[in-house]
Amino acid sequence: MTLDVREERVLQRIEKARARPARLRDERITLAYGSGGKATATLVEAVFLDAFRNEALEPLEDQALLRAGPARLAFTTDSYVVSPLFFPGGDIGDLAVNGTVNDLAVSGARPRWLSAGFILEEGFPVADLTRIVASMARAAAAAGVEVVTGDTKVVQRGKADGCYINTAGVGVLETPVRLGAARARPGDDVIVSGPVGDHGITVMLARGDLDIEADVRSDTAPLHDLVASMLDGADDGVHALRDATRGGVATVVNEMARASNVSVVIEEGSLPVRPEVVGACEILGIDPLYVACEGRLVAVVDPAATPAVLGRMHAHPLGVGAAVIGRVGDDPPGVVLLRTAFGGTRIVDMLVGDPLPRIC
Amino acid sequence: MRFVDEFRDADKARSLAARIASLCEPGRHYKFMEVCGGHTHTIYKHGIEDYLPETVQLVHGPGCPVCVMPMGRVDDAIHIASQPDVVLTSFGDMMRVPGGRGSFFDAKAAGADIRMVYSPLDALKLAQKLPDRRVVFMAIGFETTAPSTAMTLLRARQLGVENFAVFCNHVTIIPAIKAILDSPDLRLDGFLGPGHVSTVIGCRPYEFIARDHAKPLVCAGFEPLDVLQSVYMLMRQLADGRAEVENQYARVVPWAGNRRALEVIADTMELRPYFEWRGLGFISQSALRLRPEWAAFDAERIWPLPGIRVADPKACQCGEVLKGVIRPWECKVFGTACTPETPIGTCMVSSEGACAAYYNYGRFTRQRVEEAAR
Amino acid sequence: MSGVRRRINVGLLTDETIGPGDWILIHVGFALSKIDESEARAALEFLEGIGQAYEDELRALQESP
Repeated sequence: MTLDVREERVLQRIEKARARPARLRDERITLAYGSGGKATATLVEAVFLDAFRNEALEPLEDQALLRAGPARLAFTTDSYVVSPLFFPGGDIGDLAVNGTVNDLAVSGARPRWLSAGFILEEGFPVADLTRIVASMARAAAAAGVEVVTGDTKVVQRGKADGCYINTAGVGVLETPVRLGAARARPGDDVIVSGPVGDHGITVMLARGDLDIEADVRSDTAPLHDLVASMLDGADDGVHALRDATRGGVATVVNEMARASNVSVVIEEGSLPVRPEVVGACEILGIDPLYVACEGRLVAVVDPAATPAVLGRMHAHPLGVGAAVIGRVGDDPPGVVLLRTAFGGTRIVDMLVGDPLPRIC
Repeated sequence: MRFVDEFRDADKARSLAARIASLCEPGRHYKFMEVCGGHTHTIYKHGIEDYLPETVQLVHGPGCPVCVMPMGRVDDAIHIASQPDVVLTSFGDMMRVPGGRGSFFDAKAAGADIRMVYSPLDALKLAQKLPDRRVVFMAIGFETTAPSTAMTLLRARQLGVENFAVFCNHVTIIPAIKAILDSPDLRLDGFLGPGHVSTVIGCRPYEFIARDHAKPLVCAGFEPLDVLQSVYMLMRQLADGRAEVENQYARVVPWAGNRRALEVIADTMELRPYFEWRGLGFISQSALRLRPEWAAFDAERIWPLPGIRVADPKACQCGEVLKGVIRPWECKVFGTACTPETPIGTCMVSSEGACAAYYNYGRFTRQRVEEAAR
Repeated sequence: MSGVRRRINVGLLTDETIGPGDWILIHVGFALSKIDESEARAALEFLEGIGQAYEDELRALQESP
């Protein structure tokens, strides 16, 4: 098959354009900026990184790695604005603990302490708050972390959608682990810890505006124990770890491909997805690769270490469905491809904003 | 899933691909146009072009109802959304289409109440839930979606809902195909017929293509094997020297279409004398509006619209892409000034637009992608 | 579909008899068409035939001197 020279030249021009730092053109924030895709990345780079620039922030990982004397700490924060607040499999409280625990866990740190800041809407039922806080206490105990400080604010009726929560977390790096999105190497295996898309679909259906019912539950869970199990005896074989939250597996894999300047080929047939999630995605016209998870991680692993790592994962309750879904290559750099079950190939790019359902 | 998985089998794909290759005349180049955004999407999503010989090219036509929406109509919709007490409801695909002064998302950020729905029935339900607001449904789509809008209007009247209105932007496929056939720029060998539009209009309306223009049309389904089989059927017709309308999607498409669907459209809507299509200009009898009896539900009659014609940005070549004259990467601003994050034209915004599909899915030459995937 | 349940308006299918077990095409909350099982079977048979013919050809090629 011969290359079309003109097309190749256009594609090179595009790659150069993509490599340039993104500029923020909008005057107002739109919903797209919150979905974890390209728009979010542009906002972070153009506004936050620009103003706060410092060594700890630059890598833009899920957490910052800090030194305090001999101690190596991981520090992260996340805000939880999910609607509805309660859904099959958990509630905003579970997310608020597990989400932050996971951001710490994927650096190899042991999560230790959380802060919890609440923004409550005037009129919010105390019973609901009690229920949420009970979930947080349970989740914290299960994760082995303590909520050591917090804050409460109340805003007027109509704001805060009932309840917004921010949690910040501190973890301790106890072993000399070196993980990072920039450490993927050609030949590495890409592993996902279980079926994808459960959380996003659950929340979409729980909103109740679609007349759709399915037996799906959020996958929210603390992953630090699974991570510890994977790292133990992997001998530096695990190169990168991320938890797949908003934007799904596709976003996380793209971030890694870009940070490491490698390509990734995902095998559609190997991607674990529950049939109910497949069905719901087909009806809604969205792609499971982009649907949020809350208890799944993506690992990039040296192929020599894969059997051991996968074995550890399968032996852990949260890694039972773990599978190798793809492989790291060197060309085209920074690009993620999908080999479809049908045998063709296509690109899996980051979305601009939230996945919008197709109608046709 | 039944009736879906069986049509995604890779081995059968290879067999069909071999058959297609065996029908290729040496030295001849084949161009088939598909006129359905769903086909554009399927072709790229499953990498179907990887199975076709280099000499068989699939051209994307004006089959994406979002892509053919002129910027002025987006502005009109935002004008309606900005009226007091109005909630504008729209399918997700329209939310990022740029008008003259921004998209629905931008208007929402500036304070307009614009909400995403999955069905016109959702909009009607919202109207019942919010009796003090005026809920307007932005109706877009070809004949596939028009019956749903029509049914919703009938239901609204039946339920006595008075705060519900429709901003009708439905377009019809046949005039668009005629415009393509009459265009001197194109040399097409045949068409992949729009499978879902055909469930409503049937296959008979395409007969003029075979009869008057001597080109074959195969009404095609949306699974990858459907598309490949349809290409095979087109090649077969050309090899046999035939030009007919065939129905590959017979499991879903009845030859006579859906009588009830056509009935409800006729009950509620009529053809506009002309309508502007992005890139194709004004086409007569190519779009629908609500009949005078439905004036109480017609957003265009309730709120006088600016109706200002907004010229596409000079750099935009969406028109040529929509006619299949150029391929997405041949547009001068493709991928540089016009990207999914900063779209200039509709072809890059809509998930079914040829440019978006190519940028998001097919951006690298086949050889490079194949090598990477080996 | 794969365990996912949805409410659909079937007002556009008044000319057909539909019952549990039937497969239908849905679009934005409405049923547009009932799947014709015999046509579906015919389509699959065609595809199987193509697959078989291809395999036969491949085998013939391999066996030829």
